[in-house]
Amino acid sequence: MKAPDFDYLRPGTIAEAIAILSEHEGEAQPLAGGQSLMPMMNFRVAAPAVLVDLSALSELRGITRTDTSVRIGAMTRYRELGDWANICTDLPLIATALPHIAHDAIRNRGTIGGSLALADAAAEMPALMLALGATIELMGPNGTRHVHADDFFQGFYDTACEADELIVAVDIPLAPEAKFGFHELVQRHGDYAMAGVAIKATSLTPLSGLRIAFFGVSDRALRVPALEAALDGTSGDEAAIAAALPALEAIEFEGDLKVSAKTREHYAGVALKRALAEMLA
Amino acid sequence: MTGPATIFDKPNTYIGQPTPRADAARLLQGRGRFVDDLQLPRMVHAAFFRSPHAHARILSIGTTAARAAPGVVAVYTGAELAEHVTPYVGVLTHLAGLRSAPQHPIAVDVARWQGEPLVMVIAQTRAQAEDACELIEADLEELPPAVDAEAALTADAPVIHADFGSNLAWERKVDVGHIDNAFAAPDVTIVEREFRFGRHTGVTLESRGTVCDFDPSEQTLTMHYSGQAPHMMQVILSRHIGVAEENVRVISNDVGGSFGIKIHTYGDEIAAAAAAKLLKRPVKFIADRMESFMTDIHARDHVVKARMGISAEGSIVGIDFHDLTGVGPYSMYPRTSAIECNQVLNLTGAPYALENYRAHGQVVFQNKNMMCQYRAVGHPIAMAVADGLLEDAARAIGMDPVEVRRRNLMRDDSYPRASASGMKLDDLSHQKALEKLVEIMDYDALRADQIKMREKGVYRGIGFVSMVEVTNPSPMFYGIGGAHIASMDGATVRLDAAGALHVSSSITEQGQGTNAILGQIAAGVFGVPIERVKVTTGDTATVPYGGGTWASRGAGIGGEAMLQAAHALKTQVLDVAGVMLQSPVAALDIRDGAVVDAETGAERITLDALARTVYYRGNELPSDLKPELIATRHYRVTDFPFVFTNGAMAAHVEVDTETGFVKVLHFWAVEDCGRVINPMLVDEQVRGGVVQGIGGALYEECLYSPEGQLLNTSMADYIVPMASEMPEITVAHIETPTKTSVLGAKGAGEAGTGGAPAALLNAVNDALSPLNTSIWQMPMTPERILKALGKV
Amino acid sequence: MSKTQDISLTVNGEVLTANVPVRMNLVDFLRHEAGLTGSHVGCEHGVCGACTIEVNGDTVRGCLMLAVQANGATVTTIEGLADSGRSAALIAAFTRRNALQCGFCTPGMLASAIAYVEGGGIADKQAIRDHISGNYCRCTGYQSIVDAIHDVVTEGASA
Repeated sequence: MKAPDFDYLRPGTIAEAIAILSEHEGEAQPLAGGQSLMPMMNFRVAAPAVLVDLSALSELRGITRTDTSVRIGAMTRYRELGDWANICTDLPLIATALPHIAHDAIRNRGTIGGSLALADAAAEMPALMLALGATIELMGPNGTRHVHADDFFQGFYDTACEADELIVAVDIPLAPEAKFGFHELVQRHGDYAMAGVAIKATSLTPLSGLRIAFFGVSDRALRVPALEAALDGTSGDEAAIAAALPALEAIEFEGDLKVSAKTREHYAGVALKRALAEMLA
Repeated sequence: MTGPATIFDKPNTYIGQPTPRADAARLLQGRGRFVDDLQLPRMVHAAFFRSPHAHARILSIGTTAARAAPGVVAVYTGAELAEHVTPYVGVLTHLAGLRSAPQHPIAVDVARWQGEPLVMVIAQTRAQAEDACELIEADLEELPPAVDAEAALTADAPVIHADFGSNLAWERKVDVGHIDNAFAAPDVTIVEREFRFGRHTGVTLESRGTVCDFDPSEQTLTMHYSGQAPHMMQVILSRHIGVAEENVRVISNDVGGSFGIKIHTYGDEIAAAAAAKLLKRPVKFIADRMESFMTDIHARDHVVKARMGISAEGSIVGIDFHDLTGVGPYSMYPRTSAIECNQVLNLTGAPYALENYRAHGQVVFQNKNMMCQYRAVGHPIAMAVADGLLEDAARAIGMDPVEVRRRNLMRDDSYPRASASGMKLDDLSHQKALEKLVEIMDYDALRADQIKMREKGVYRGIGFVSMVEVTNPSPMFYGIGGAHIASMDGATVRLDAAGALHVSSSITEQGQGTNAILGQIAAGVFGVPIERVKVTTGDTATVPYGGGTWASRGAGIGGEAMLQAAHALKTQVLDVAGVMLQSPVAALDIRDGAVVDAETGAERITLDALARTVYYRGNELPSDLKPELIATRHYRVTDFPFVFTNGAMAAHVEVDTETGFVKVLHFWAVEDCGRVINPMLVDEQVRGGVVQGIGGALYEECLYSPEGQLLNTSMADYIVPMASEMPEITVAHIETPTKTSVLGAKGAGEAGTGGAPAALLNAVNDALSPLNTSIWQMPMTPERILKALGKV
Repeated sequence: MSKTQDISLTVNGEVLTANVPVRMNLVDFLRHEAGLTGSHVGCEHGVCGACTIEVNGDTVRGCLMLAVQANGATVTTIEGLADSGRSAALIAAFTRRNALQCGFCTPGMLASAIAYVEGGGIADKQAIRDHISGNYCRCTGYQSIVDAIHDVVTEGASA
């Protein structure tokens, strides 16, 4: 399982990087943490002609906090995010989720931008961005643009980021009064979830301002507005959840080697119930 | 078999001590010697173009582009290689009726499983070889594959070997007593279940691989081998590649896990050896992880329809079952793909006093990966069937499963005897093991806890297994059937001039501690500190001839040979000492590296002083004294086909009825493997084996599409046990030495894997029993448990 | 048309310079170019943990990093941990507890273990299990490894 050959470039500026992506028209692949790309290349299911190493781009690093938001550079490693001084106070949902994401050695290299650009349906980070209502900052040959998380994850490994664009950063609005929930169903610690949910609520009693993002259930991380509406204004108790669960039918559940679509649907409900129960405990 | 009792009750005997392994040091410092660590001059690398189809006729193979690719040294198709390697057939005469077809290392006319090698590419680097494989143009005509074992014998199933007329490789029937009458008796309750066991595989962390080298000047072929049976490989290479056996050297150094996986004949490894001979330079082939999943032997694919009859008093009146197992398109060479089924027939119910036993086993060819022996061969199925039915029957008649076992296990004082299946048994302790198990697990407390938790809606279960394990096999296992597999092993012990002991043995090391126990036995029996013992294993050029390590035979057979050799050398050294010291030999002993006065322990002469006199200054010795400071002894089991061990195990689980997840809270194993040489090593074998068994019980399955494509070929899709989810495992020992040797040691390597699935199955069903459902399929995945619960 | 690049990195305290194929991964570089065969390859997709090594003070999967990405980096392998004495307590505990059998997972286990011990990991067996949950071992069943790491943490605490 040796990777096929490629040209390796390590540009020093974003402009250079974008120019390379434009020039090679889909044959150039950005290399962020490599924790997803390298396995694909070792399996020879990905064979880009050019690998563009983003690690020299200082514009993609750093975590900065303003009064209203936290801006995380795309090349921020999971590990760096977890070590950020304010992670527990300002981004408690991410702090809760991080220990569930793969394992130490992967988190030491994997990046936030890389996870969002790949948008693996079972990955946690896209769902966290959805729950948090983050905005993704993209840069391409035509300049910078911002895409809200709700519009970013479009399909199976498909995002709003074009082949000649790079994710530069994510902006997460601060919400000091919000409450958060997170639950994933995995057979083994660190596995991709068989179903998972990340929840943000502006208040708990009753539930309101809900953003409920599922991962590991469909072709991408997603919210179900009808579900949020059904739970909005309720206490989130068993009866309220039971009444709201039919809204999950809006999701096109995926079956795979581990579980069928039907079981996934069941699991989505279980993850939701458990996350809400933990939030309300 | 007799021997001096003084061997075992002397101080510093090492036998029975939890002595740490000397081998640990270099492994912990990064100085292991695994096959892929080897860099030989002019070494080149092999990669394989493999069949993408489960069944296909090879119409043509285009190699022009591959041959021209950068770094490529050679390309061989199956037809080209067939001129240099003879095919092999995996049959043995004692498995009457077993048939298989000649198999080439690289397929010639027809590819019969997805992953079968079709072309070997040799290049300067593995990466270049893989690049070139992508340039192979294979024109393949897909043929209908046989991938449903249950349909394999129906009229419209594709027949893999037309000459055979069907896909039946082998079948065997056992019929003892009068089972139909027994089942028809008035107070007999019958439980009947269909068990399904998922095909799974070993996933050794070090994948299969070899470095082969050929020296044309001496016509010698050397295989650096990651495997368990170097002498067996020596014969296979000799016979099929055409090199005189004495010119084939097989060297096994560090092996990164084997568990039976690396004891079989793999076409890619044979092809690499042939390439070395043809190219006259070292060829390295290391299977990558995807290749491992696709081509390491698979095992344990069974559908068993079984019934047990039990009387109202809890007496098991009989077991009756049909076992269907799907193997690969050929029976594996040389150990055959029928042994696992044969073991199921031999071992089901073997711990119990049964008068009626009927079993029918059928082995069918499939266009799936090859199948053969994997740790605990057949035991997981046999124990799960018998003990699964036992606990099912216990629930049916409302009796405690421990009580049912008490009423049915063979009594400890009833040996020697035979099982209903005809296995000769002796020196077993089923009753004692069960009582010890019940004690160490505090069974009553667990049952009380179970009731309390159920009231809270938490479903915990306790499941047991009483089991036997096949160890220390005689020639009856393979040799009598015509296999060139030794059942006799040897040990050589040599005292050198510095007073150190150099020992070598024909058994082999894969991390279980073979070298350590050989050292302990030699040091303890002969009388030197263990640091003075240097152990050599694994090299056919330097060790005695033998079988290697498999079927849990190392300690019992290799250990006995070492004991005998060490004892013989001690006698020889004392003979010399007696003359040198003018003392009766009976008044002397060897302790801590010196010849001592047997009664007082006073040192008379150090071993190195004695040895230097012998080696350098023979003039000081009487000319009629012929000192021999080296001894070799061999050992084989003669009294029994196999020396059985016994164990009693239990699992405590909690089933999350919303998710189907099973948490293993704790596991206990009471093991009687005869005399324990190193209790720490035995404990760790049991623990590792249990976790491997948990893998098969809860997680592991090779999943095939209807077209015969293996769907899970990565560590993300094939689930193995990792640390977070595994329980603590409490191990206890009973020692009933086997009378077949002085050492009295039986084997312990496979018991954990053989018994754990049964205990897990029973624990899960015990947890589910208040919900009036049960599961009889392994792995017991969350989805299967949810289906049993009616949740999906 | 193979593509190569010059790299320079410090491995176990020694500066190595080499011209490497850009597609060569770090663990293959260490094993076959630097001759440090102590690190092992188990899956080449980052799941088994056998290739876990220390780069710039953090554990990484050597199979998921290109050698060229380690240009300028400081790498420590199992050999370096032993030669420097950093793994001495773990080596003693692993030996005492027989926390290895075939030894193939051991380099990755030690890399993970030392990160736990040096990182202030607590003497809690489940926490230790979770920490090494990305390191596959087929031989031991993990208990002895957990016990060995637990020993070192408790010894360190009482030292």
